[in-house]
Amino acid sequence: MAPLLQIRNLTVEFSTRAGTLHAVNDVSYALEAGETLGIVGESGSGKSVHALAMVGLIPTPPGRIVSGEVLFEGVDLLKLPERELRDIRGRKIGFVFQDPMTSLNPVLTVGRQIMEPLRRHLGLSAAKARARAIELLDLVGIVDPARRIDQFPFEFSGGMRQRVMIAIGIACDPKLLIADEATTALDVTVQAQILELVRDLKKKIGTTVIWITHDMGVVAGLADTIQVMYGGRIMERGPVRSVFKDPRSAYTWGLLRSLPGKLTAADQRLYQIPGSPPNMIHPPAGDPFAPRNEFATERCLREVPPLLQVGAGAPGHMAAAWYDLPAALENKGYA
Amino acid sequence: MSATTLLKVSDLQKTFGGKGGLLGRGRPEVRAVDHVSFEVRQGETLGLVGESGSGKSTTGRVLLQLEHPTGGEIEFEGNRLTGLSKSALKPFRRKMQIIFQDPYASLNPRMTVGDFVEEPMIVHRLVGGRAERRARVAELFDLVGLDPSFARRYPHEFSGGQRQRINIARALALEPSFIVADEPITALDVSIQAQIVNLFQDLQERLGLTYLFIAHDLSMIRYLCHRVAVMLRGKIVEIGPTEAIFANPQHAYTRALLSAIPVPDPDVESQRHAIAFDYETQKSPDGAEMRPVGPDHYVLA
Repeated sequence: MAPLLQIRNLTVEFSTRAGTLHAVNDVSYALEAGETLGIVGESGSGKSVHALAMVGLIPTPPGRIVSGEVLFEGVDLLKLPERELRDIRGRKIGFVFQDPMTSLNPVLTVGRQIMEPLRRHLGLSAAKARARAIELLDLVGIVDPARRIDQFPFEFSGGMRQRVMIAIGIACDPKLLIADEATTALDVTVQAQILELVRDLKKKIGTTVIWITHDMGVVAGLADTIQVMYGGRIMERGPVRSVFKDPRSAYTWGLLRSLPGKLTAADQRLYQIPGSPPNMIHPPAGDPFAPRNEFATERCLREVPPLLQVGAGAPGHMAAAWYDLPAALENKGYA
Repeated sequence: MSATTLLKVSDLQKTFGGKGGLLGRGRPEVRAVDHVSFEVRQGETLGLVGESGSGKSTTGRVLLQLEHPTGGEIEFEGNRLTGLSKSALKPFRRKMQIIFQDPYASLNPRMTVGDFVEEPMIVHRLVGGRAERRARVAELFDLVGLDPSFARRYPHEFSGGQRQRINIARALALEPSFIVADEPITALDVSIQAQIVNLFQDLQERLGLTYLFIAHDLSMIRYLCHRVAVMLRGKIVEIGPTEAIFANPQHAYTRALLSAIPVPDPDVESQRHAIAFDYETQKSPDGAEMRPVGPDHYVLA
C-alpha cells in the first residue's frame, strides 16, 4: 500500500535582507496511515517550516519552494491550485498550532469557530454543525459542552483553548493531524491530559499524526517514529525505541545525554553540546551539526552525509552521519 | 542542614485588583501570593515550582521589592526590607538580582553589550573610574564564558544562549549574594539549556551564590536544586529536600505534578500514567498549616 504522505526532496528558502535563508534542505520521508511521527528539533531546524510548506501555508514571497514533491494520497500538494488546497486543509489535513491565544478569533464564539470547517468542508446545516461541534467539545474533554459552545475564547483557560484548537483540528475527521508545539505553552498537568486525548483519538478514529516538538519526553510517550531535524535536514529517524536506545547521530545522542533525567548535581555535570545552532543564512558546508560535533571527521565538515539505513539497527532506523557513533563513543570513553 | 538563613519570608501576601473598579463594580481580588512563608539558606539553590498563575513569579518579584507586598515581611541578612524607603533599600538591591526568562526582550538593542553590563556599576557608583569598570566588564565576560572582545558588539549579533550569558554577567556586576532566576532556560534552544545550567552551577561554586530558581521544568529542578517548594494558587503546599519531594511527595498536587512529567524513555513512557488532580476536592482544607512529614520536609495539611 502506498504511504499516506510522501515527501520527496523538499527544499524551502526565504529571502531576507541579510541574504537567502536555507530553511529546509532536501527533506524526504514517508508516513504510513495510522502512524504517529514525532519530529524533534530546535529553532532553525526546519521542523515547522517544512510542515507549513507542504500545505501551502508559507507566505510566498518571501518564502520559496525551490524543489520537491509532497504526495498526499498520491496527489502532489505543491502542484494543486490554492482553491483545491484549501479544501484539503481543515478537511483531510487538520492543524493545531502552538499559541491558542492568537489562533482563535477573539470576537467569535468557540462554537462558530468549530462549526465553520464543518459547514464549509462537509456542507452540514447549521443545526447539524452545532450538534457535531458539541460532540467534538465533549470528545476533547470540555465539561458542559452545550453551554460552553456559546462562550468566547476569553472565557476559556489556556488548556481549554488548546482543547478547542484540537476540536477544530479534528472537526472533519482529518486523515492527517499536524500539531506544532501544541502543548509547549501549557502546564505539564494540562499537557498530560492533551496527550492522553490524542492517544484516545488515535484509538477511536485512527488519525495519522505528525507531532512537532522540542521535548524528547513527549515524543517518547506519543510517537511510533521519531525524526530528528537540525539545520533544515533530517539527521536521524526511526522507530522510537531503536533511536532512543541506540542513537547514531551525534546530535540525537547529545540531546539525550544533556537531559538531567534522574541525575542530581551531586552526581555529575550535565553533558553540554558546545556552540550554538547554525545561522541558516550561512549554513555549514557539510553536515550542519559538524561544527558542534566532537566526533566530526574531516569529511563531515566538507560533505553532506546521506540519510541511510543503520547497519545493525531496526528496519527504518536511518541516520545521516559519516562517522560511526558507537565506535566514536567507545574511543572517547563515553560508553 | 544547619546553614544560615540568607532570606526569610513571613506571611507574604500580594493581591491584585479588588478595589472598586470602573462604575464601582469592583474587580474580584486575586491573591497571587497568599500567606507564604519560607526561608532561603546561604549557598543553596531553592527551586520554586508551580504552574502558570500559581504565583511563583510574583513571589520572586516581591522578594526583590520589584513589587510591593500587600502584607507580610521579608528579611535579608537579618535586615527587614519591607517598609524601607527607596534610598534605604538601595544597598540591599545591589545584593539581590534577577535573571528573566526571555534573553531577547531583556537586552537593550541600542546599547553595546559591554555598556549594558557596565550600566549597573554606574548607577550604583560601585567601581571608580571608567578604565576600572571596563576591566571589570572584561572579567565578567570571562566569568560567564564569553570572549571579552565581544563587549563592543550589539545584542543582535548574539544567539539566545549568549544573550542569556550577557544577562547573567550584568546581574553579577554588582557582586550580589542572592539571585532570583525566573525560568532562565525556558526560552533557550534545547541544545543550549545544559550550557546555561552548568554555568549557574559553576558560578555558585566559584562565587558562593544563593539562588531562587523558578521553573516549571521539574527534571531540571531535580538536577539543580537542594530544596524545592511547590506552589499552588498562591500557596506553598509542600517544601523539602529535593530528593524527599521527588521520592516521597506528600501533597496530592505534588504527586499529580510529578506524575505528569514526560520521561525521555519510550519504555518508561509506555508505563507512565499521569495522576489527575482536582483542586476543589483535593485542595488543602481551610486553616491548613505547614506540618512536618520528614526531616526538613513540610506539607500544607
